[in-house]
Amino acid sequence: MLLSQQKPLEEILRSLEGELKVFILGCSGCAEASGTGGKAQVLEMKGKLEGAGKKITGHTVVDFLCQKALIQSRLRGKAREVKEADSLLVLTCGVGVQAVAAVSGKITHPGCNTLSLGGMRGEWQGSERCQECGDCVLDYTGGICPLTACSKSLLNGACGGTTKEGKCEVDAEMECGWKLIYERLEKQGKLDKLRQMYDAKDHSKMIPPKGLRLSDRWALEQGK
Amino acid sequence: MGFQESLAAGKFVITSEIGPPKGTHIQEMMADAELLRGRVDAINVTDLQSSVMRLGSLAVCHLLQEKGLEPIFQVTCRDRNRLALQADLLSASVLGIRNVLALTGDYASLGDHPQSKPVFDLDSVNLLKVIRTLEGGTDMVGNALQGAPRFFPGAVVNPGGNPVEAQIIKMEKKIKAGANFFQTQAVYDVGAFEKFMKRVTPFRVPVLAGIILLKSAGMARFMNKNVAGVFVPEPLIQKMAKAGDRVKTSIEIGAELIQDLKGMCQGVHIMPIGWESKVPALLDATKL
Repeated sequence: MLLSQQKPLEEILRSLEGELKVFILGCSGCAEASGTGGKAQVLEMKGKLEGAGKKITGHTVVDFLCQKALIQSRLRGKAREVKEADSLLVLTCGVGVQAVAAVSGKITHPGCNTLSLGGMRGEWQGSERCQECGDCVLDYTGGICPLTACSKSLLNGACGGTTKEGKCEVDAEMECGWKLIYERLEKQGKLDKLRQMYDAKDHSKMIPPKGLRLSDRWALEQGK
Repeated sequence: MGFQESLAAGKFVITSEIGPPKGTHIQEMMADAELLRGRVDAINVTDLQSSVMRLGSLAVCHLLQEKGLEPIFQVTCRDRNRLALQADLLSASVLGIRNVLALTGDYASLGDHPQSKPVFDLDSVNLLKVIRTLEGGTDMVGNALQGAPRFFPGAVVNPGGNPVEAQIIKMEKKIKAGANFFQTQAVYDVGAFEKFMKRVTPFRVPVLAGIILLKSAGMARFMNKNVAGVFVPEPLIQKMAKAGDRVKTSIEIGAELIQDLKGMCQGVHIMPIGWESKVPALLDATKL
């Protein structure tokens, strides 16, 4: 299971700045178990966003958001609501956010931070990876994680090692993560996001807060 | 006049570099540095170049300083976390080292210790920010320093990077973070570099174009295939292929290049990569 925690509402609203219509996605896998992205939290978020003046074009809960085929089939039935939305807000782990961003082609905002669970992983089936950093940056990188897609986990853009073919200096088979991020943002007309100065990561956020460590869920995960 | 003052005075500056040896025999490296005395404004000292373990940059910068040669301390984020980086910056400061070149660094697996744990706790942008923060009298988390350092920080940019727009955006971030000068990847395509300079001249931060002497046509082709952002135009490759005296032709090409670049940027950074002894002849040919 991937333990997640909702981002503060102010941070979510900041990421939705300039966008009126939002479609919300939740996950009935780990996010529901974490109490951050199940049906109840999706409806709760809908209320909060409407309270902040947003229009919710629709919402859905998928099991599981880490599986791109499932997302695709679920969104097909919601095509009109998704199309109408300026962006998607995804209440789940970093893998789910990246999978939704990859499948939907829409601007995708993370609604949660994913916390470290000391090694236990979710259900992912695809290529997206989450480092459980506790401070999700997917909002500003077009839904592609720079911590896992870039060998050096760089936060402020590519290093000088991107090859002529756009691959990573470490492995000629591996795409440069920052090139992928650049292309995604360019397609979305959001290249300005690259100008944001991103502070050095606070690694202490990787450690789940004490309250979560003491929960039944946490204890179950630890096999106690 | 020092490096910073020369740039401020609008002089066309020249920097070159030396690479510390693997081991403690420093005679050859110091002799390479002596060849540059009086010919260049400052000398970069590489930081475990190509991720190969060797003598450290900080100690060598100090040795240069002692000999009256001005060093540029290259610092990468590969091998040190934020504590060690800040500590090394303070160390450099008390040794009188002012010029710092902040780099991300090659990945660890490209060098001779592929088993090592790469750090990259900070990136080049945040390293520049830390340099400025220390100058302001506190560490990264805001604790007061007993005595603040003074630096002249610089950074790198790859004018041939793909896409170049991404390079320029990052360059702007580096300037915002505190970079006062830039050194570039090797330039051979004058036209492309001119276009790049048109984009970045409004930033009003000096750019030193990278110069690497072509040792052979084969080297040029190798770089075209394998080195990120380097493009050697075919006529230069042909010139090297047909050269009777390769060193002479190489120096001619290098000197012509520097002459062509002179009106576009604020200086050149010559990376000898084994041809340290040819640098004075190149500068003679360029009349610099």
